[in-house]
Amino acid sequence: MELVFLINIIEAGLRTGTPLLFATLGELITERAGVLNLGVEGMMLVGALAGFAVASSTGNPWIGVLVAMLAGGAISLLHAFVSITLRGDQVVSGLALTFVGTGLTSVLGAPYVQIRDVPRLSVVPLPFLENIPLIGSSILYPLFGEQNIIFFIGLLLVPAVWFWIERTRPGLQLRAIGEKPAAADAVGVNVGALRYFYVFVGGVFAGLAGASLSLAVTPLWIDEMTAGQGWIAVGLVIFAGWNPWRALMGAYIFGALRRMPLDLQAVAWLPFASNPILGVWLNMIPYLFTILALIFSSREAIRKRLGAPAALGIPYVRGERGA
Amino acid sequence: MSNTPYALEMRGITKRFPGVLANDDVNFAVEKGEIHALLGENGAGKSTLMNMVNGLYRADEGKILLDGKPVKFSSPRDAIDSGVGMVHQHFMLVPTQTVSENLILGQKAPRFYINYKKLEQDIAELSRKFGLAVDPQAKIWQLSVGEQQRVEILKMLYQGAKLLIMDEPTAVLTPQEVTDLFKTLREMTATGHTIIFISHKLDEVVEIADKVTVLRRGKVVATVDGHATSKAELARLMVGREVLFRIKKKPAEPTTDALVIDSVSCENDRGLPALRDLSLTVRSGEVVGIAGVAGNGQTELAQVITGLREAKFGTITVQGQNVTNQSATATIDQGLAYIPSDRNGVGSSPNLTLADNLILKSYRKPPIGPGWRIDLKLVRSQAEKLIEQFDVKTPSADLPARLLSGGNLQKLILAREISRQPKVIIAVYPVRGLDVGAIESIHQMLIDERDRGAGILLISEDLDELLSLSDRIVVLFEGQIVGEVPPEDERIDEIGLMMAGTKVEHSHAT
Amino acid sequence: MRLKIEPRLETPRWLPFVSIVLALILALLIGAIPLAYGGLDPFVAYRQMFRTGFFEPYSFSDTLVKATPLILAGLGVTIAFRMRLWNIGAEGQLFLGAWATTGVALFWLPPTTPKVVMLAAMTLAGFAAGALWGAIPGVLKAKLGVNEIISSLMLTYVAFEFNNYFVYGPWAAGGFGLTAPFPRTAWFPRLTDFGDAVPAFRGMTAHLGILYGVVAAVILFIIFKYSKWGYELKVIGDNPDAARYAGMNLSRTIIMTMIISGGLAGLAGMSEVAGVVHRLQENFSPGYGFTAIIVAWLARLNPLAVIVVGYLFGGLLVGGDAIQPAGIPLLIQGIILFCVISADTFTRYRLRIVQPVASTATN
Repeated sequence: MELVFLINIIEAGLRTGTPLLFATLGELITERAGVLNLGVEGMMLVGALAGFAVASSTGNPWIGVLVAMLAGGAISLLHAFVSITLRGDQVVSGLALTFVGTGLTSVLGAPYVQIRDVPRLSVVPLPFLENIPLIGSSILYPLFGEQNIIFFIGLLLVPAVWFWIERTRPGLQLRAIGEKPAAADAVGVNVGALRYFYVFVGGVFAGLAGASLSLAVTPLWIDEMTAGQGWIAVGLVIFAGWNPWRALMGAYIFGALRRMPLDLQAVAWLPFASNPILGVWLNMIPYLFTILALIFSSREAIRKRLGAPAALGIPYVRGERGA
Repeated sequence: MSNTPYALEMRGITKRFPGVLANDDVNFAVEKGEIHALLGENGAGKSTLMNMVNGLYRADEGKILLDGKPVKFSSPRDAIDSGVGMVHQHFMLVPTQTVSENLILGQKAPRFYINYKKLEQDIAELSRKFGLAVDPQAKIWQLSVGEQQRVEILKMLYQGAKLLIMDEPTAVLTPQEVTDLFKTLREMTATGHTIIFISHKLDEVVEIADKVTVLRRGKVVATVDGHATSKAELARLMVGREVLFRIKKKPAEPTTDALVIDSVSCENDRGLPALRDLSLTVRSGEVVGIAGVAGNGQTELAQVITGLREAKFGTITVQGQNVTNQSATATIDQGLAYIPSDRNGVGSSPNLTLADNLILKSYRKPPIGPGWRIDLKLVRSQAEKLIEQFDVKTPSADLPARLLSGGNLQKLILAREISRQPKVIIAVYPVRGLDVGAIESIHQMLIDERDRGAGILLISEDLDELLSLSDRIVVLFEGQIVGEVPPEDERIDEIGLMMAGTKVEHSHAT
Repeated sequence: MRLKIEPRLETPRWLPFVSIVLALILALLIGAIPLAYGGLDPFVAYRQMFRTGFFEPYSFSDTLVKATPLILAGLGVTIAFRMRLWNIGAEGQLFLGAWATTGVALFWLPPTTPKVVMLAAMTLAGFAAGALWGAIPGVLKAKLGVNEIISSLMLTYVAFEFNNYFVYGPWAAGGFGLTAPFPRTAWFPRLTDFGDAVPAFRGMTAHLGILYGVVAAVILFIIFKYSKWGYELKVIGDNPDAARYAGMNLSRTIIMTMIISGGLAGLAGMSEVAGVVHRLQENFSPGYGFTAIIVAWLARLNPLAVIVVGYLFGGLLVGGDAIQPAGIPLLIQGIILFCVISADTFTRYRLRIVQPVASTATN
């Protein structure tokens, strides 16, 4: 009984954690390039609406995903322009992006609120998992047997992102412009153009995250449906210490935490969980855990002397010291 | 006109910045295979000129020719492709990446996948070939400054540089490392490389350069033969007048102990030991110089004295008062003045006005800060007085500090620190990057303070400065004092050995 | 030909003001695009907005009502941003302030309490609760180095749930996410309350809260300009290392600043329930705490300018209520913020068009 419950929670974590994983990976890439983009929430909403609208009008969820990614990337360029070209304050610019994304989707999304039958991203059934002895039917199949395709995309993206950052020459340049842009500039790396590119990539990932919400996890469109997940993603990047593998772990844990209130309602010996009034306390869990995770990771950062990319949040101006 | 084209020729180069004419119709030519020194005070336009060869800046007017062919660089990439490499004064290395990663950062190959094993073999081989030993797997932050410089040179060679520009390369090296560097440079010219050597140090220019071009206020003053010239001639060309090489001062008359550091140990930012059981006394009315290569605990020593870093062991007393691990406020109240090495980053608040910067240490107490408020009228009148008294050149006291030149900013900081009549002054690299005029006046201020009765701890990496100002010199190596030497020119080799870590028996009692 | 961005050595005094006005106009022009796309005539919508916000008979009073929480929370944001503490959780602090105010008005003091005592106690409770909510990210930042952007925002979501628990649970009256109304002793005096003496005030709902805002702005102005503490904020905000070097206690100042920042946001919530809503409910704030961020930034962190900008944005909200859909004000606010940051660039840098070097090479 307890095992089923545990499996349920983990399965929910994998499922609902996947959009969070996309958003976190995107922000991680952008930050490794030295740009802080706090507009993840806004970019996710833009992706969620764009994906939903296109999928419901074309009938093809994949076209929706594609457009969502482009829309997320496109809106991120606002932040790129203000923070890279105009050297504006990145914190405030990111906030502005969230405002714009939230407001824009609320204005443009009104006609889509009623639609319930959007074409969804499909589940990938893996029936053979059930035949594996011992753990097949009790663990493997419940966990992975009926996951949405986005789950597998997420699983593939993590090593891909890791490989890109740590093992390729574009990744080497990515790390260099985030750590010491002047050094990259001095050997001919185009810092500004690359930062634009990686802000765009972050936006594309956030758009994917939004579409995976509105086309797979909760297939509908409502205003502010991200409910702070974009902000949690920003926190998870810190928690992950800018490492994609730890981002994977963090996203799944937080996915599980987000689902916890619903899951706990099914537990007979926790009567208060099904009480909707007491249930609001459970709704706080993911937010409180984000703070706890930050406390944990900041202490660890002090101990292990890890840290953010050295140039994070600092506009690069050729010839100015300290860049 | 010679038949073989110059390795580099610049014709009629003019470069303007907002409010500044950095280079004015400069003509400059370097022959293949020579070491050509570019000499001038700070702000004379040396680095600006070279940054145009390097592709960082574009000339407003004029032409640049490499091997006789006109070139137009719009980025450092173009310069690298044409065989120009520059070793900057502040190294352009990514501290968190390895030596080999830094070497291939600007390369075209490998295009995508990095085969680290093969790469590291290649680089080990290259460093053997040029006699520049470094571990390809080491992260830059783990290397000494001298090793980092080797990586920079290696990086340029790896990129195929034929013309190598070195911007003040000796500033951070021990005398022995300087000797090694000069040997390397000689070997490189022998293999057909051309070297431009930017400097404001006369000794080394006379020692290494085949030709010397002197810049003053953005203009070329003269180009002379490096083997036939003298320090005095170069100094006159550089400054436009005769220069005193040593400040005039009377012998010190030290009295009581002003600052006593007793067996102090502390850690650096990475949690590694920075000072180990260090003891040192500075008496009122003397200047104690601390020699050493940067990174041997100098910054931490200054911070631990001024209450900005925790002492793990030991005690620090100022005028008999124990200030160990007290707040920075306590040390300020005890009459401790601190001139930090980082003028912009620590010593001043860049976007605040000069008046606001001048009260950084005095706002807490009357007369500037009576009760809860700050007496703005007094702040202003005092600022105007100090600006005049210390000859800070500024249109007004309301100018943001970031707009001051280095020399003027340093005078402002000294004005703030000295006007409080401190008992002890900790001065860290007080004239780094300043021009001769500013150096003279700041050195004079410090000597005046000594004669007034302040005890001064002077931390510097410039042996000339230490020899000129100090009454005693101690050498710091890996957080320990490895010896004490009287400030005499003939002891310079001894100091150099100690800076490199050789323990010398104490032959002088104080 | 190419564009070059160079730092300005001096900024003319008129430039920041002009750049903000231009930014606002530009923002309205850009905002017209999504409005038109959403099927509205932007000019009709804007005219409607401005008329309702500023030029109707009751516009002044209505706009003051909306401006009150914006000014109070905007001041809270201002003080934090001054030292580059990114408290973006003003909305949560506002909710906590409203919650504590409600506790005092409905449960912790008898309805028979004299009005002055009641309002004073509500004010203190509102400030204290907001201050507490602001202090948490402050302490986490000062002692543990936790990023205050994330923590203050996460605490906002927690505050929403906390508020929901009370309005649906123990404090619910009727079960629709509302408490019972406050007793009249717990109402802020409004202009309309003086309608018998001054007939022109009849129906005007502007309340005492606006005076709180003005007084707080003046106090903050004096603190910033004349006090030691204001000086410390300025130095810490500009260069923390210089502040440490000058012997300032950074962690104490961070915590103090967050306490006052949160307290002011708490007062915004207090004045909203005491002056307008007269009860606690689920969504009593349309995001005042978030709009406050824009107000503070647009006012260039000058407390007196916060009053002016707060009033302008109050008008935008009043006018925005008159047009649909509801997301429009938020969208326009976001665009305004983008335009203002961009305008900032032009006050710090100058744009120059650079002609290429005249090529004289003949080869």
